[in-house]
Amino acid sequence: MLLTVLAGFITSIFIIPFGKILKSKWSVLLMALPVVLFLYYTRLIPHISSGGNLLESTPWIPSLGVNLDFRLDGLSLLFALLITGIGIAIYFYARTYLKGHPYFDRFFGYLSLFMSAMLGMVLADNMLLLFIFWELTSISSFFLIGFNNTEPGSRKSAITALSVTGLGGFFLLAGLILLGNIAGTYSISELIHSRDVIIGHPLYPLVLGLLFMGAFTKSAQFPFHFWLPGAMKAPTPVSAYLHSATMVKAGIYLLARFSPVLGNTPEWSYPLMIVGGFTMLFAAYHSLLRTDLKSILAYSTISALGILTFLLGIGTREAVIAASVFILVHALYKAALFLITGIIDHETHTRDITQLSGLRKVLLPVALAGLLAALSSAGVPLSFGFIGKDLIYEATLHTPSSWIFILTTLALITNICLVAAGFMAGIKPFAGPLPEPFKKIHLPYTSMWLPPLILALGGILLGIMPDYAGSLFSLQAANAIFGADTQLHLKIWHGFNTVLVLSLVTLAAGTFIYMINKPGKERLNFVKKLNHLSPEYIMGKSVDAFFRFSEWYTGKFHNGYLRSYHLQIILFAEALLAYKLWLSGPIEIDFFSLAMLSVYEVAIVAILIGALIMMLTTRTRLTAVVSMSVIGYCICLMFVFYSAPDLAMTQFTIDTLTTVLFVLVLYKLPPFLNLGTKKERYRDIAVSLIFGIILCMVALQAHHEPIVTATSNFYGDAAYTEAKGKNVVNVILVDFRGIDTLFETVVLSIGAIGVYNLLRLRLKPSEKE
Amino acid sequence: MELLLILVIGMLYAGGIYFILRRSMVKLLLGIMLLGSATNILIFVLGAIVKGKPPIIGSMQDVLDKASADPVPQALILTAIVISFALTAFAIVLLKRVYALLETDDLDDLNTPEEEDI
Repeated sequence: MLLTVLAGFITSIFIIPFGKILKSKWSVLLMALPVVLFLYYTRLIPHISSGGNLLESTPWIPSLGVNLDFRLDGLSLLFALLITGIGIAIYFYARTYLKGHPYFDRFFGYLSLFMSAMLGMVLADNMLLLFIFWELTSISSFFLIGFNNTEPGSRKSAITALSVTGLGGFFLLAGLILLGNIAGTYSISELIHSRDVIIGHPLYPLVLGLLFMGAFTKSAQFPFHFWLPGAMKAPTPVSAYLHSATMVKAGIYLLARFSPVLGNTPEWSYPLMIVGGFTMLFAAYHSLLRTDLKSILAYSTISALGILTFLLGIGTREAVIAASVFILVHALYKAALFLITGIIDHETHTRDITQLSGLRKVLLPVALAGLLAALSSAGVPLSFGFIGKDLIYEATLHTPSSWIFILTTLALITNICLVAAGFMAGIKPFAGPLPEPFKKIHLPYTSMWLPPLILALGGILLGIMPDYAGSLFSLQAANAIFGADTQLHLKIWHGFNTVLVLSLVTLAAGTFIYMINKPGKERLNFVKKLNHLSPEYIMGKSVDAFFRFSEWYTGKFHNGYLRSYHLQIILFAEALLAYKLWLSGPIEIDFFSLAMLSVYEVAIVAILIGALIMMLTTRTRLTAVVSMSVIGYCICLMFVFYSAPDLAMTQFTIDTLTTVLFVLVLYKLPPFLNLGTKKERYRDIAVSLIFGIILCMVALQAHHEPIVTATSNFYGDAAYTEAKGKNVVNVILVDFRGIDTLFETVVLSIGAIGVYNLLRLRLKPSEKE
Repeated sequence: MELLLILVIGMLYAGGIYFILRRSMVKLLLGIMLLGSATNILIFVLGAIVKGKPPIIGSMQDVLDKASADPVPQALILTAIVISFALTAFAIVLLKRVYALLETDDLDDLNTPEEEDI
């Protein structure tokens, strides 16, 4: 399994050196990837459908509890088959769709990366591993949505999608870590054993909230749904793959995966039922208002995701069965409809359903695929959609009696709208008379119309043999979600009962709405008027506000003037030191331990202070430099008084050298200009005085601390006995800390080389500006 | 005496900070030198101050007299003086180059070309 996950990553890496070759006929090699993976997982169907599962573990970061643990059970297999199976259709389709595109190779690189990330996510048995793949799907989808990177709209949608799903990922990570800490394990399959601990834990609602945030953002639930219609800017194969069949189902997968561990509590059910229920209704209604084929499909996808969330929220045996079947139903017909839209767009260059009609005359196989997919999406008897729809009603009817009416009505209205939306997307473009401009259209390559036709046919075929589909794909998936045997058994005919009546009502009402629904400009304008209430608008505004804040912040604190950085650093240091001083309490001074004052010392300090004042107030450079050297010599004399002959000598030499250097360099500089304003000057004086006072207090405080003499004593004792030197300071520098001094010499040499070269550097006149 | 030295430290720090908040490059450099001197004296004061007893082992002795000045701060300061000289020397020459190129001592003039690029 590890290899199947890595295969896509490896492929996308290989595209970097071999991309050019793959743009030619050799691109057919790429098609092998999904085919091989699909065959691999098909081979595993018998093993899994008989109730077994596969485990594989490779150590990765054992110290963090992150291992490459993969586990294949019914739910994972269902998703793996969808990902690879629909992947085959998408790969073949995209190869023709993007033929000759300059970024052909790049596209397949992203797509393979995405497929692998998705596979890894549904197979991961470690929560952190799941998170890593989860984020990888977000990232790779960012590149796919923004694939037409020259279009601003495309880039904007990609960023929106990434920020929404990335935000969700952030919450998800927090939720997973919390869950892992509560349960004491990051292994998903082991979590089930600590179900009681988790549900009884006071942080359980928080864990749920965080996980829901992750799932809702990824699966486009209200109020995070808006990134999905935006993501339709992606090339159609991407929309078909990511935004109908796979990525948006990641959130559903997450909920399904954790349902046996966390589910079936009020905290789990109500949020999911409310959010899912609202989303499915809201989006289904919206899909009727749209005129763009892709928008219709986007909203009906959101609605379908809402249905799935809703069903997982109900969480009864019937609801879980319905969810596990509906995942498959929806993936088949929605991918087909998207691919058909892609063909229409590709051939007619429009996706506006008010303009499209009669295309069956020129695109017959496509029209057939559209019809079959629309029938399945509407749930016409004998299609797989019919079974899916039946099961949804079955689920809402098997709820506590006070809920039956509300939930069933919700599902009924949603389904009616979806029937109409499905017809609008799958039948409307092909029905009616063929307008003049479309007459020249001819059928595209087989590799474009065959994939949607096969997918649509699959939807019908499974509907004719539901028993087969149920036992192979859905039974074990439902068991994995439910955490117990669901005894799923799909039948075409349930007899005359409420469910059948509801199904027929749905179909009739949906067809009726399709007939009378005339989406157009006025409706869209009406929707636009309500725009400022939409979550998308609110999020856009808050992003703008955030940008303005960052701009203001950057302008304020990173204005590029050295002195303002200095000021900030110093003010911060002052605050920190003052706080620390305040904490440490009053300063004590022991006057008896101080050294006595003598006249020379006072005189030297007086000279030093005088020189300092001179230096700070002078207007000529030379005076400032000379004052500096006076200060240096005063310090030098102090070293002499206080038993530091070495320091005195060094200070004397260095001070002289510095002054000479300064004077040599500065003799031609102009006098100081009075550059700052008076206000700035007073502010700076205040800041520096405060700093000086604080430093004085720090020094007093430090001076009062008892001196630890252990180090000094060690050197004093060992200088002669071990290093044979009488001058302890010298012995420390050249012997005990010899290596440090060596490096000091290196620093000096580097400085010298720098000085030498800067002095010798002669710039050409052209380089001067 | 220590109190006087501490006063000197505070004044040197204040002067250094005031100078590095100026726009002139020369003042910036002088400010850095002042801060360096202040820090040296600070380290010096933190050891015990002893008059007339340098940390040199007497000719008849094997170990340093405990009453001598503390050798460790002195070793530290010695290193600091030398290193800061390297910095100062380099900065002075750099200053010369900058002045030769731009004919200005104003730090604010240094970041204008970069802003024009944007």
